[in-house]
Amino acid sequence: MKYIDEYRNKEIAQNILWQIKSISQKKINLMEVCGSHTVSIFRNGIRKILPPNINLISGPGCPVCVTPIQYIDEIIAFSRKDNFIITTFGDMIRVPGSNSTLEKEKANGSDIRIVYSTLDALKIAYDNPFKNVVFMGVGFETTSPTIASVILKAKEEKINNFSVLCVAKIMPPAMKSLLDAEEVNIDGFICPGHVSAIIGSKPYSFIASQYNIPCVISGFEPLDILQTIFMLVKQIEKNKAKVEIQYKRIVKPEGNKIALEKINRVFKIVDSEWRGMGKIPLSGLEIRDKYEQFNARKFSISVERPKEISGCRCGEVLRGIIIPPECPLFGKICTPEDPKGACMVSSEGTCAAYYKYN
Amino acid sequence: MCLAIPGKVKKIFDDNTAEIEIGGIIKRANLELIPQVSVDDYILLHAGFAIEVIDQKEALKIFKAWEGKID
Repeated sequence: MKYIDEYRNKEIAQNILWQIKSISQKKINLMEVCGSHTVSIFRNGIRKILPPNINLISGPGCPVCVTPIQYIDEIIAFSRKDNFIITTFGDMIRVPGSNSTLEKEKANGSDIRIVYSTLDALKIAYDNPFKNVVFMGVGFETTSPTIASVILKAKEEKINNFSVLCVAKIMPPAMKSLLDAEEVNIDGFICPGHVSAIIGSKPYSFIASQYNIPCVISGFEPLDILQTIFMLVKQIEKNKAKVEIQYKRIVKPEGNKIALEKINRVFKIVDSEWRGMGKIPLSGLEIRDKYEQFNARKFSISVERPKEISGCRCGEVLRGIIIPPECPLFGKICTPEDPKGACMVSSEGTCAAYYKYN
Repeated sequence: MCLAIPGKVKKIFDDNTAEIEIGGIIKRANLELIPQVSVDDYILLHAGFAIEVIDQKEALKIFKAWEGKID
């Protein structure tokens, strides 16, 4: 496929790798904060071909993985109510809550439907005017404009039985939280390409200016990631720290202004709970009061205090403190077929990637 | 979840949607986030929405930078 196959060219990959080896001297940790990068790095064996002084660490880049258990419990509670249809991206359906999953609830008769797009969720609401249709609003900045867009459409077309239970998140505050915690040494960030297609490069500038850590916004194919690593190594070896864009075929410094305008119109920025990371200031999106009729929190729902999965170390995996094999459950009672923690459920989770490719 | 795939715009419709060809498969995409798109452009498709137009000149630069750099 055009714009994919040519970025997998073996000879060019070897050229970039040779250049990385020729300039890299310091022992460094580079963190990727996008699940699609995690998968691409594992699938293409990039960790194994880099010189031993360059260590890649996976961060909290998978929206499925950072969604708190309480939210899963809430959506399960919604699914048990009469007259409700739950719509969700497929990634969420197997994520364990305290006592169940949406997959189990569906098997027990709840009306839970997997959608490819927020537009499909809105259509289900349009086609079922006597049911309340709740969409699980999970995702980072790539997905947020698509959620904003359907809320605006629902208002315009008066589809009042549609609502969103929103826990959409913003990535740069999570990166700040990781740096402030000082639990892991990060010398450079591989920044998320598709999040940045929406937000541009400016939201990362504080990381370079205040923390003196280079950031490079990267594409997802092997040549993209290798070139990004080369750009980061170059900055680190020269003691520079700036934000650069490797993925220029997609990402503009100013991002996608139309998408940003939709996000700003529909959402306000709030403190948000991240699984394994706690509450991070100004890291989440909540629906503005103006659109409160489309906020599923208008319905009363109560859940018990969430129960963490005993022994699961997803939180430390998400913060880059441990690698999955250090978790006592990994590969034993927690596998992709029977996942216990969110990082094993999602195909973009670090544990799932480790399990599949290592 | 942030997965997005490049595709070629084949037809644009009045309702601000388009037919996009992705590896021989035709998908429908909403264009409201990138209204400046034209037929034959390549776009990035995420969850039913075209989120950006691919800059074809920028796309070639990586090859100019690295091809033949070493033997």
